[in-house]
Amino acid sequence: MADLTTNFLGITSPNPFWLASAPPTDKEYNVRRAFEAGWGGVVWKTLGSEGPPIVNVNGPRYGAIYGADRRLLGLNNIELITDRPLETNLEEMARVKADYPDRALIASIMVPCEEEAWKAILPRVAETNADGIELNFGCPHGMSERGMGAAVGQVPEYIEMVTRWCKKYYDRPVIVKLTPNITDVRYPARAAKNGGADAVSLINTISSITSVNLDNFSPEPSIDGKGSHGGYCGPAVKPIAMNMVAEIARDPETHGLPISGIGGVTTWRDAAEFMSLGAGNVQVCTAAMTYGFKIVQEMITGLSEWMDKKGYTSTSDFIGQAVPNVTDWQYLNLNYIAKAKIDQDACIKCGRCYIACEDTSHQAIWMKEGRVFEVNDAECVACNLCVDVCPIEGCITMERMPAGATDPRTGQTVQEEYANWTMHPNNPSSQAAE
Amino acid sequence: MNSPTTSGIVAGRLSEQQLADNFSDLHAPLDPHEASVAADRCYFCHDAPCVTACPTDIDIPLFIRQIATGQPEGAAKTILSQNILGGMCARVCPTETLCEQACVREEAEGKPVIIGQLQRFATDTLMAQGIHPFAREDSTGKRVAVVGAGPSGLACAHRLAMRGHDVVIYEASTKAGGLNEFGIAAYKSTDDFAAKEVDWLLKIGGITIETGKALGQGLNLSDLTSEFDAVFLSIGLGGVNDLAASGAEKIGVTDAVDFISLLRQTDDLKTLPIGRNVVVIGGGMTAVDAAVQSKLLGAENVTIAYRRGRDRMAASEFEQDLATTKGVRILYNLQPVAFHGNGSVVEVEFEYTADTPNGLQGTGETMRIPADQVFKAIGQTLETSEQLKIERGKIAVTGAGRTSVDDVWAGGDCALGGEDLTVTAVAEGRDAAEDIHQTLMGKA
Repeated sequence: MADLTTNFLGITSPNPFWLASAPPTDKEYNVRRAFEAGWGGVVWKTLGSEGPPIVNVNGPRYGAIYGADRRLLGLNNIELITDRPLETNLEEMARVKADYPDRALIASIMVPCEEEAWKAILPRVAETNADGIELNFGCPHGMSERGMGAAVGQVPEYIEMVTRWCKKYYDRPVIVKLTPNITDVRYPARAAKNGGADAVSLINTISSITSVNLDNFSPEPSIDGKGSHGGYCGPAVKPIAMNMVAEIARDPETHGLPISGIGGVTTWRDAAEFMSLGAGNVQVCTAAMTYGFKIVQEMITGLSEWMDKKGYTSTSDFIGQAVPNVTDWQYLNLNYIAKAKIDQDACIKCGRCYIACEDTSHQAIWMKEGRVFEVNDAECVACNLCVDVCPIEGCITMERMPAGATDPRTGQTVQEEYANWTMHPNNPSSQAAE
Repeated sequence: MNSPTTSGIVAGRLSEQQLADNFSDLHAPLDPHEASVAADRCYFCHDAPCVTACPTDIDIPLFIRQIATGQPEGAAKTILSQNILGGMCARVCPTETLCEQACVREEAEGKPVIIGQLQRFATDTLMAQGIHPFAREDSTGKRVAVVGAGPSGLACAHRLAMRGHDVVIYEASTKAGGLNEFGIAAYKSTDDFAAKEVDWLLKIGGITIETGKALGQGLNLSDLTSEFDAVFLSIGLGGVNDLAASGAEKIGVTDAVDFISLLRQTDDLKTLPIGRNVVVIGGGMTAVDAAVQSKLLGAENVTIAYRRGRDRMAASEFEQDLATTKGVRILYNLQPVAFHGNGSVVEVEFEYTADTPNGLQGTGETMRIPADQVFKAIGQTLETSEQLKIERGKIAVTGAGRTSVDDVWAGGDCALGGEDLTVTAVAEGRDAAEDIHQTLMGKA
């Protein structure tokens, strides 16, 4: 079993699986259970300023979308930051940290955009002996209307300013949690870095309406017939989150800035993918909320066994390994030519590849006598749709054509050398460059 | 109080509770959650093999998707538009040799989508609401006679009524339904479903049923053809094949179809006598239905004796497994040669057989099985004296059930072609109705 000990910003944890700031980390009872189950760290549910706590709605806080067999694919929530007194949370955090010194404990904080507010809370948090803080600049609902959460995260100048205050009044690592509800995540990430952030974490939840009740036309989750946009998370958001992580990891201005990856991490594989895209660790919420804390055991053993197979002895061996392979479309090799191939032994003859290709793509699959499905290389553009709709993993594959072969679709010889759009004769700019 | 070991043919071998349990639904109906889980397994195949395998061409992927998206009533309409007896077919179809055998998940995992049970979920949901989702087109003024109120006749009548024709169904027995009512194992059609389905079907309107009337029993074909614009014959197979064995007249030797029919029409199963040692001769669904129900009534030993090997048995593998699970013994390659006993049968003597290039032949070796009750289930035959062209013992038809007589169509078990299944009968009735419609409207 490979050692999963992870060092993130100097904070070590026995594994890279942290629970994100969310309902599962709202109080001592839950966090102790999480640590007993094996989680490497937690980001405590977001703390607000001293004084009367916020209140939550007293009806449904969550909405969901499902895949087959009611498998939860996406969850949204309209819950706010902790609704318990600051003092209670701080006392609990101190007790838990004292009892679990080997686990990471991070305090998530969201207070008004005023220096005094941050100056007041940070020393209190420091007294708990928490390993660091995470600035919640992400929540899209409830707090943003009060000038906090995503309202700050959407303005890079505010991010930079608040991060600067935090670095001024707090001497442990400062992680800035970013909202995805912006057009280009690199700007807030750069702002965080400029403000002195030790790391960014992303993504927070995405503004969303999960469904509409078709009897009373209320968005769900419905509170007395009305709904409000909630924060969307879970497996469905993973592709969005991974792209944002990669964008920050490969941006020359933020390259090397530590990232805590968040968004739909459900299995060890998801975690490995995020980490290969530059995340130093991952934060999990929906998977735990769906299946309970025990789910971390699969993540731990799965990641460890994969590392053993690959010969990795530390998570740092593979963190960021995929970053150099994330590029812009214009640099993709246009001389890479593949064709779909259907394994007739594995094929169960459902015909989904055929109809997908026939109706919506390139008419490159034949349906022959006896429901035999074959690829017509003369039409196949290797779009991968057939692979994606096939219910049998590995039944359809994309096979690269060797250099020197003739592509029956274009009649042209497959070239050995790399060539991309910037060099392509159809690209007006490429000619201008000559 | 009798028990399974009481000798002779007696009633009340099992308690009321045991009988109620034994004759409850073979497959309990799916609840909405089960239906949703099962429906999610469907891949929505292109040109789906299950549809090809269905004699009535129900759009199975579509109706399952309708269930999955919370529209069981819409699913039922999809089913019923192709097969008006979709409710019964969901119960009695040998799905394991039709749609479910063709399901790609059978190929992928050996576990098909449970299409039959999903179909029942959809049709039961709609019928429980008392909804009849079809309406009649404008009246054509044409009148059609349907002879026989079995699945084929009912399907034909419904489609004709939908197309605006008026239909009179003549039925020999006292009740409509045919084999659905009289010939299906009770545990496949509980709670008087066959009769309820007929009532529901008749809600289309334009159909009247006259019972106690059949060809040669107050009716003849020439009168019908002169009185009606068209005639559809769905008279089933009224006769039963005879055994060559000696002593078949002994008390206790009867036809399986009569036993099944009697059982279906019995209000109180405790009053129905059954032997201690029951032997069923045959290898089809009727043999299995008779044998299993004998066992369920409390017979101690029930044996199916089939003259050929297992691979030739007409009853599906599922049916054979069902029989053996219920405690029925199935013996192969045995043909009856004599029934022994003084007045009442006490033993059946069988000769072993072998399938040879020259056909099935007895080996000369014999054996005996104790029997106080014997059910013959060796096939049924067409009974008619009408001047119709007969081929291989059935009414010869061309196209969608056209017989050798003008204006006369035929379908179901009495007509040549297709398997003798409820679903096939429905398809033939429906298709004949469309052909009759086209003909009557001068379009064919």
